[in-house]
Amino acid sequence: MDNNCAVQLTNITKSFGPVVANENVSFDIRKHEVLALLGENGSGKTTIMNMLAGIYYPDSGEIYVNGNLVSIKDPKDAYALGIGMIHQHYKLIDVFSALENIVLGLKAEGKKDLSMAREKVSEICSKYGFEMDLDMKVYDMTVSQKQTLEIIKVLYRGADILILDEPTAVLTPQETARLFNILRNMRDDGKAIVIITHKLNEVMEISDRVTILRKGQYIGTVNTAETNPQQLTEMMVGEKITLDIKRDLVEEKNLRLEVKNLTVINNENKRVVDDVTFNLYSGEVLGIAGISGSGQKELLEAIMGLQKCEPGSSVVYYSTAHGVHELVGLSTQEIIEHGLHLAFVPEDRLGMGLVGNMGMTDNVMLKRYRKGPGPFLHREQPHQTAVKIKEELDVQTPDLEYPLRKLSGGNVQKVLVGREINNKPTVLMTAYAVRGLDINTSYAIYNLLNEQKKRGVAVVYVGEDLDVLLALSDRIMVLCNGKVNGILDGRTANKEEVGLLMTHLKEGE
Amino acid sequence: MTLDVIIAWITAAITFGTVIMFGCIGETLNEKAGGLNLGTPGIMMLGGIASLAGAFFYERSTPNPVPIVCVLISLISCLVVSGLAGLLYGFLTITLRANQNVTGLTLTIFGNGIANFFGGSLVKLSGGVGQISVASTSKAFKATMPFISSNLGIVSQLLFKYGWLTYVVLIMAFAMQYFFNKTRTGLNLRSVGENPATADAAGINVTKYKYAASCLGAAISGLGGLYYVMDYVKGTWSNDSGIEALGWLAVALVIFTSWKPKNATWGAYLFGFCYWIYLYIPAGINNALMKLFNVSRTTYMQNLYKMIPYIVTIIVLVLVSSKKKRENQAPQSLGISYFREER
Repeated sequence: MDNNCAVQLTNITKSFGPVVANENVSFDIRKHEVLALLGENGSGKTTIMNMLAGIYYPDSGEIYVNGNLVSIKDPKDAYALGIGMIHQHYKLIDVFSALENIVLGLKAEGKKDLSMAREKVSEICSKYGFEMDLDMKVYDMTVSQKQTLEIIKVLYRGADILILDEPTAVLTPQETARLFNILRNMRDDGKAIVIITHKLNEVMEISDRVTILRKGQYIGTVNTAETNPQQLTEMMVGEKITLDIKRDLVEEKNLRLEVKNLTVINNENKRVVDDVTFNLYSGEVLGIAGISGSGQKELLEAIMGLQKCEPGSSVVYYSTAHGVHELVGLSTQEIIEHGLHLAFVPEDRLGMGLVGNMGMTDNVMLKRYRKGPGPFLHREQPHQTAVKIKEELDVQTPDLEYPLRKLSGGNVQKVLVGREINNKPTVLMTAYAVRGLDINTSYAIYNLLNEQKKRGVAVVYVGEDLDVLLALSDRIMVLCNGKVNGILDGRTANKEEVGLLMTHLKEGE
Repeated sequence: MTLDVIIAWITAAITFGTVIMFGCIGETLNEKAGGLNLGTPGIMMLGGIASLAGAFFYERSTPNPVPIVCVLISLISCLVVSGLAGLLYGFLTITLRANQNVTGLTLTIFGNGIANFFGGSLVKLSGGVGQISVASTSKAFKATMPFISSNLGIVSQLLFKYGWLTYVVLIMAFAMQYFFNKTRTGLNLRSVGENPATADAAGINVTKYKYAASCLGAAISGLGGLYYVMDYVKGTWSNDSGIEALGWLAVALVIFTSWKPKNATWGAYLFGFCYWIYLYIPAGINNALMKLFNVSRTTYMQNLYKMIPYIVTIIVLVLVSSKKKRENQAPQSLGISYFREER
């Protein structure tokens, strides 16, 4: 081992319950270098870095910092070893000024405490080229300024090893360029820098070496100068695995949804869904692929009337039974009242989809309690529906009134999907329908979706596992930064193609 | 309206204000660390009865009570008992993560009950209703300063003839303001109330800070009860839960001051001034208002006047929230228990 090695990870394994997040991962982080840690969602790249930052503790394996075997139990230990991590969610206090955030939790240094700290911070700023008004309150800051503040904070605590988790996810291109300049300055100063990312263009631009993880496993490390995006994508997504999902071809296809120029701007003023146009037909599964946070959630919510769309957006709903409707401008309740059969299985099951403290019957009733005469609830029909869902989908619950939050994730998802399917939808939209479910339940859900497809329902499947998307979808729409970056045929597309589209925006990179 | 009436009104407002200022700054300390202790009225009652009991038994045990011992005994019993109530609140909400609102309300009912129970016993011990009096202790607390309290005419009357706790609370309020804004420990404490996860990540012991704020805050609030017993009602006791009524105003005052102890130094007196309107309002204005609202009896009108502090609080709340200045809002994680595992 040469002197340049800042951190060495040896055979690190970490599991959360039955899920293995990292398995025998070994690699090293060097001084004078930017290391990119590349991997898909769920590949364990943040987990392994959290073990360096003291958030998690490895089940087995060894960590060497500057050649010494160490044990990092909490963030304090990490700081003491000179390791600082900048998380995706900034740990800052809104009503404090920049300076107050920097010194938070540290011991005071003599009488003229804050002015001494101020000098030291200014020194750091001029050394690496940060621009920061130290008296600015955090709530007045842009995301980029907050990130800068986090980096200064870590440097002030004497970090030599900096880990940045998806640092560019929320930055504009100009801000990204500025950040990269700072990272280069820090690298030239001898610091070891790790950026966790899945954006290939940034890997190529900033890093010196790339370490790739896939599904918790260490795949390899390459020198950036000797590789190219294609090779990296291959290492990142791996070989195609054949899954045994029955995919029938439904011949009769009718237009169900016509989405045109759909744009959603979130409250951070970012175009999370950017000019999305596509058609959805009955009898197909449209898979939506993309790095998490590429606008999948907002797209589905916009169609459901849960997000405010920008002017010019249009979603037209076609149905043999109900005719043609423009959905933009309608609220969710109006969509239900018009009798439009849009079903939505949201990502956050017990938050948006169901009420955890209520049982099956009550949850079934949620979507129809307004029906029926008089002010009283009519429980008989929902009860029967609940019985039907329980039997048909084999929901394991002691009782129909048993609170859903006490059931396993798979059973909760069955209740949710069951309720949505029971309304005989024309369009069924699912977001991460199998997240956190075991293999068997996942297959049960895939089969349910395929069954619906055969019945002529237009199914949207937002997923993260590319193997499943390729095996299940008739067509795959790939989102990148809120834009449609290509629509592929699910039967002929391959993983590399989808992976590249996910990470590389086609026009004007 | 004569000068005498105005002086009497201001004097009443200041003694009233001192009670709720203690309650308010104690509660502010707790709230700055994220603990919303609605048990403050109950804690003030506990502080009041503890100080009374301590003084009562000391005065009974000796024919010639020494003033300084009277003061120390009642102060210590008050601080210990109300501090323990804060510890109980802390244990329930910080360690067991019980709901803060429920815990606080229960603590108020508990404190009220305990205080009235022992209050009744003490009254009985001393021979019946209206008999209890800790005259020596009360006198020690109401001791005034030698020259300036009497020889400066109207200035003495307005500013210097109060018991010494009146000045102590002012010093405490300013000291607390300084502590919050100018010391590292104060910065750390505020960070715990704003965002405990961040504080935790910065190496601050969140639990320790929360417990300290809860216990110290409750002890300070408890002094409001002591001042009420010893000075405000001159060393007597009646089971009318008068402290509790003022305790709720202390909680309202925290909001009124937008969590800044320095504002309590005038806000508390303003509350007192508003509270006593019903006694000191000039007859002419009162009659005109009665006519305007078509109220037939003076007592009815008095009840309307007694609402004024609360109405002022509501108006301030509306004004503060419409300004949207973040510094004037409640600490961000006020009322929320902190789970480290959730980070």
